[in-house]
Amino acid sequence: MKAKKVLGLLMTVVMATGLLACGGGGTTGGSASESQEASKSKDKNSGGKQKITFCFRDDGLGKDNSLWKWVDAAYASWDKKDEVELDVAPITASEGDYFTKVALQLSDPSTCPDLVAEDTFQLPNDVSAGYLTNLDDYVKDYEDWQSGKYYASMQKAVTGEDGSVYGIPYCTDTRGIFYNRELMTKAGVIAEGEDWAPKSWDDVLDACAKVKEKLPDVVPFWCNAGVATGEATSMQTYEMMLYGTGERLITDDGKWIVKSQGMEDTLKFLQDIYVKNEYGPSLDLVLNGQASNTSAREYFPQGKLAMSLDGIWITGNWKEDGAAPVENYGEKFGLAAMPTSKGQDPGTVTLAGGWSLSIPENSDQKDITFAFIQHMMEPDTYLKAVTSMGNICTRTDTAETEEYAKQPFFDVATQFLETADFRPQNDQYSSVSTSIQSMVEAVVSGTSVEDAITQYGADVARTVGDDAVVEQ
Amino acid sequence: MTKPGRAMTIKEEAKKSVLLLPALILLIAFFIIPIILTVYYSFTNMALTGANAKNFQFVGLRNYTKMLADKNMLKSIWNTFQFLVGSLLGQTVLGFLIAYFMKHKAKGFRSVVGPCILAGWVMPEVVVALCSLAFFDTNGTMNTILQAIHLPPVKWLYAHPMLSVIIANVWHGTAFSMLNFQSALDNVSGDIEEAARVDGANRIQTLVRIIVPCIKDTIATNTMLNTLSTLGVFGLIWAMTGGGPGTATTTLPIYMYNQGLKNFQLGQGTAIGMVLLLVGAVCSVIYTKVLKTED
Repeated sequence: MKAKKVLGLLMTVVMATGLLACGGGGTTGGSASESQEASKSKDKNSGGKQKITFCFRDDGLGKDNSLWKWVDAAYASWDKKDEVELDVAPITASEGDYFTKVALQLSDPSTCPDLVAEDTFQLPNDVSAGYLTNLDDYVKDYEDWQSGKYYASMQKAVTGEDGSVYGIPYCTDTRGIFYNRELMTKAGVIAEGEDWAPKSWDDVLDACAKVKEKLPDVVPFWCNAGVATGEATSMQTYEMMLYGTGERLITDDGKWIVKSQGMEDTLKFLQDIYVKNEYGPSLDLVLNGQASNTSAREYFPQGKLAMSLDGIWITGNWKEDGAAPVENYGEKFGLAAMPTSKGQDPGTVTLAGGWSLSIPENSDQKDITFAFIQHMMEPDTYLKAVTSMGNICTRTDTAETEEYAKQPFFDVATQFLETADFRPQNDQYSSVSTSIQSMVEAVVSGTSVEDAITQYGADVARTVGDDAVVEQ
Repeated sequence: MTKPGRAMTIKEEAKKSVLLLPALILLIAFFIIPIILTVYYSFTNMALTGANAKNFQFVGLRNYTKMLADKNMLKSIWNTFQFLVGSLLGQTVLGFLIAYFMKHKAKGFRSVVGPCILAGWVMPEVVVALCSLAFFDTNGTMNTILQAIHLPPVKWLYAHPMLSVIIANVWHGTAFSMLNFQSALDNVSGDIEEAARVDGANRIQTLVRIIVPCIKDTIATNTMLNTLSTLGVFGLIWAMTGGGPGTATTTLPIYMYNQGLKNFQLGQGTAIGMVLLLVGAVCSVIYTKVLKTED
């Protein structure tokens, strides 16, 4: 009996201790918090070295990912590498899931990285949430930043509503229709050696019809249309089309447009492609997180797709060291500007985005991290990375190098940049963007345009408030 | 003066309470407090990022009133209902029939069917989803079978997404029902069945009029447990269809995730979670009432 009592008492003590141990991590008060900080600090300075954790999106390529190679190369050539340990911590996820995971990581000091790759559209949101460090004091002493080595438009893209800088932009991009010259010639859309230059959406549909008729085994047109492809669906499909009708997502006085003729035209165009005429890929290909890779690394380079509405970075896949190398891709493929809906001025449309290197507010290695960013952005290191990524550079001196300029399509894509539109610099855009993705997926899955718009209106009103939406 | 017996009882009770204290603390820390917080957050405009992540506010019933006017919410409830009914029917009926046949069939039947059914149960939800993806894929097992018998292939996950996820969930959950029913059927006396046969009842009549009434309690308990586990299914649907195409397989847990973590609207997401909790609670109460009647 006595033994039982002792055993019971021991178990109680063990369970209570276990419980206290579980609860410790969540405590925010005095001693526990201090102990957590001490432990974190110890971890961050393991073996006397400072430690930088870098978080970015890995699209499944692992160490072959251009960003991963870049950060590895930059670290290897960094004069402070003996004093600083680099922890590469990629998030393997679809684009939408990446933003969710980053927001969760940034909000918690115990999981927060020191350096994060931020899509510039997500930046205003994370600035409002207080997740990112104001870099004004850092860029003040950053000579390249002050001396015009960065494009002013890209400096603006990383500037918050408060006028402060929250990231160093490392790439930008433009979008257009990549086409396979051989397939387009066989289908009779263009003559041998001719460039394709559609003047309106009808021209695009006509080309699709010809491809479908002459080459039944080829997918005529691919544009991302699923929730799983995240921002690619919002920006380079929906917004490329909506902006081509002359409309925008938001009015000048900051109200989100939830019903308009342009929206109807855009969704009808998507319906014409995916539902009515079946010019697009089947839904099992397009409605999953790998759709962008399937299109850029498989269907298009293998000649199973005639036209792809995508961004300039997809050319990175076709380079010698890319995920799907294509010999002479600059000659085999073409890049046409996306036309406006009826050919109205300015005739073509593109959207530009970009990514930045930002330092989270919860990072405790800010100074050394900014030094590392500066090193990553040094012309030699940066040139190799940006050409490998297939992105448009953000540094003027890099743009002038021969190696950069000789890349196929970059002259055209950079010309697009001159008249490019940008997404709203609004901290609610990223939430609205998810509603756009749902609307587009609904339409290509067979929901009527009217129902999809109604649902979009309800979703956006719930997110931004009833008084911040407007019908036109 | 306190009676010695009573003092003993209080002492014993106090000892028991002390031993139960850790369990009570765990329950409060990991169950009661999260539920209270969920209830509170569902009345706020809390967000994962953006201005409302830093300074969220109490917004009263706004999340709930918006939900009522939200077509996607209504569609999610309808999808949840379809998924629940389909899964329950499949898991219960199949589980019962397999248990029934395994009781009467030869050992060979038991040794082949048993492991196949149990395999679905022991595998994690996401593994079941991946196996089902391979099965329903355009070039998967199902279409290979169809083509072998000269039928056209079907894009199961896009043409019949709800049916596909229901079948996957049925495979996942049938073993649980089967084991419940096996145990219940083992307790049905063979004498009753024999007596019914002597009285002239055929096999189906014996099954419907004798065996089923004998195991009614097990049927009700099994249905309640399956209901609660089916209401919470997330990983299976997420990995198979992501709630799509469109909103075709967006059940309440998927919609809650989309609102909370994809759209960053944590307040709205928790409000949907409350609805899910309510549906589960209502189902539990109904089944408990049914069980009580049977007692």
